[in-house]
Amino acid sequence: MTLLRHTFDEIKPRKALTVNSAKTCQPVGAMYAALGIHRCLPHSHGSQGCCSYHRSALTRHYKEPVMAATSSFTEGASVFGGQANLLKGIETIFQVYDPDVVAVHTTCLSETIGDDIPQIVSKCNDKGFIPEGKLVIHCNTPSYVGSHVTGFANMVTGMVKYLSTSTETEATRYNVIPGWVEPSDMRELKRLMGVLGLDTILFPDTSDVLDCELDGERDFYPDGGTTIEDLRATGDSAATFALGAWASKPAGEELESKCGVPTKHLDLPIGLRATDRFIDAVRTTAGIEVPTELTKERGRLVDVMSDMHQYLHGKRVALVGDPDQLVALSEFCADLDMRPVYIVSGTPGKAFEHDVLERLEERIPEVKIANGANADMFLLHQWIKQEPVDMIIGNTYCKYICRDENIPLIRHGFPILDRVGHSLFPTVGYMGAMRLLEKILDAVMTKQDLESDEEKVELVM
Amino acid sequence: MSTAALEPKTEKTFRKVAIYGKGGIGKSTTTQNTVAALAEMGRKVMVVGCDPKADSTRLLLGGLAQKTVLDSLREEGEDLELEDIMKEGFRNTLCTESGGPEPGVGCAGRGIITSINMLEQLGAYEEEQDLDYAFYDVLGDVVCGGFAMPIREGKAQEIYIVVSGEMMAMYAANNICKGIVKFAEAGGVRLGGLICNSRNVDREADLINELARKLGTQMIHFVPRNNDVQRAEIKRQTVIDWNPECEQADEYRALAKAIDENEMFVVPTPLEIEELESLLIEFGMFN
Repeated sequence: MTLLRHTFDEIKPRKALTVNSAKTCQPVGAMYAALGIHRCLPHSHGSQGCCSYHRSALTRHYKEPVMAATSSFTEGASVFGGQANLLKGIETIFQVYDPDVVAVHTTCLSETIGDDIPQIVSKCNDKGFIPEGKLVIHCNTPSYVGSHVTGFANMVTGMVKYLSTSTETEATRYNVIPGWVEPSDMRELKRLMGVLGLDTILFPDTSDVLDCELDGERDFYPDGGTTIEDLRATGDSAATFALGAWASKPAGEELESKCGVPTKHLDLPIGLRATDRFIDAVRTTAGIEVPTELTKERGRLVDVMSDMHQYLHGKRVALVGDPDQLVALSEFCADLDMRPVYIVSGTPGKAFEHDVLERLEERIPEVKIANGANADMFLLHQWIKQEPVDMIIGNTYCKYICRDENIPLIRHGFPILDRVGHSLFPTVGYMGAMRLLEKILDAVMTKQDLESDEEKVELVM
Repeated sequence: MSTAALEPKTEKTFRKVAIYGKGGIGKSTTTQNTVAALAEMGRKVMVVGCDPKADSTRLLLGGLAQKTVLDSLREEGEDLELEDIMKEGFRNTLCTESGGPEPGVGCAGRGIITSINMLEQLGAYEEEQDLDYAFYDVLGDVVCGGFAMPIREGKAQEIYIVVSGEMMAMYAANNICKGIVKFAEAGGVRLGGLICNSRNVDREADLINELARKLGTQMIHFVPRNNDVQRAEIKRQTVIDWNPECEQADEYRALAKAIDENEMFVVPTPLEIEELESLLIEFGMFN
């Protein structure tokens, strides 16, 4: 029996109803970003339930234990404000868990009652709750504004506001703000910058934090994460590459205005052309030559694209996910001669539609885009019922639609709750594009193998 | 305009009354003096202060000694007894203060909700309390849902608005009426009348009578300005306590009697701002 059998194809206007929305809470993003700082304990300033949900949302996706503290608001805290709770919380955290940094983010409750985090943190300092050399940073994350992506961007901007410092040091390093990507993607971006021969500060960096090895030891603070020293040094870098307008642009702009580090705002390097633009921006900014190793890597991607073009040409695809990913993915799909016809994203922002259409270059005139707090899976399903697609690229929540409509799902984005691989293998860069391509081809060709008439089953494809 | 009479007074009824009005208009003073007069008439009254400043029972208790519901909740947790938060004041009136956060932090509105729920849980409104009246004295500016808590479902059924002939006080009264309309549609709350706490404005009684008429209600009493009120306040007393013989004590007795005998409970008809302004012009304020 179909799970979503009550979804009907006739689309009626809806104003006050969202069914299976395409976004989640701001603090989920803030918590993920904070985990990308070395020896950082995220702290949720609100009720326990918020913190539990955000931790479990991340744990279910990354398959790693996510540690975070909470102010444990009670009825009293919501009336009198959360100052007493946060003071006690920070004192206890440094005494018991000894992090280098506590990254505080707010919740709907503490935002609505108007708790002033910097004032409380300065009180912590006055009381001597923050040991010498340790830090408390913060950002505001009301969930009734924006989405999880906004929360991520806010925390990364918080890192710049609190830590980035410009000194007289000679500018020899380069910053990369990777946006909300997988630990595997962050690892891949560092590898790419290494191949290009540049000394890089990538922040935040969740590789070796949320993709840890199992070796019988349990580190409360894993090896990974951008160090405080490096975060401070971002203010002295020669340039910043901010990847993704939604997740990274605010931090890039803050760093530019605070420390005068010139920032290149780029798309997430997903797919051939977005990666080309990223590599080219690095090449021209740093005045370097692209090594053969990378050119060959690119060539292999172009080769697969060309070899397998016949299987992808004209394939209709629906994209669900976060804006930075979708802007790049829609371009990549169009470059593969596929037809990204339905695009659904939950993070509000009018620029999204504009950016997608710009990347599509009028190649997909029939594209339908739903974006913002009211964009949902229900509408996507209705579109698909009206005119089907050959695949969905999106998060785990798409699987119900895929099951009902017998469409392959290529899992990409956040959250992926039912498969592994995303935190291990990148989808950024040329290597990432090859993996993405492999997954898309695998889905399309497997379906063909299973469903083609017996006389049309091909051995060689 | 609709009129809904309360249950007939054959049996002892328990009336829950909320007092609203512009900040600084004299709600707390009027409430406590009226409550003192009701107590003198032999009524059993409870006063619930719904203001973070916690000064709604000062005159009945002879000082600000009251420990608020929220202070108790914060210091002792949720395991409270009614005696912890309720004190007896003038002539066995029961006094309780919600309290709330210091200015600038926390959420005072949530505080009102928490404390009224707590009072209910603790049985402050149960039959064995044998109450005739509960008075909610609410912070002047109803800025969020919390301050409307006393007039939500099952709480206060009658509201009196303290007002004067000053424009902003009337403006506030009109605004409060808009709020009452909203809650009246869903629940049983009704406006019992305007209490004019005089500021010695020209033709003040006429003006407020006319405002009341336009709102579909009545001016239930005109309380003249009298410095005896301030003299009593300095002594932390109501005028009835301070000098039962003085003229002002009789004014509050008259107000108490009017409330006790009141049968006019309406859903008000708030005015448009132009209508309110023309009312002021008509009565000569803008000459």
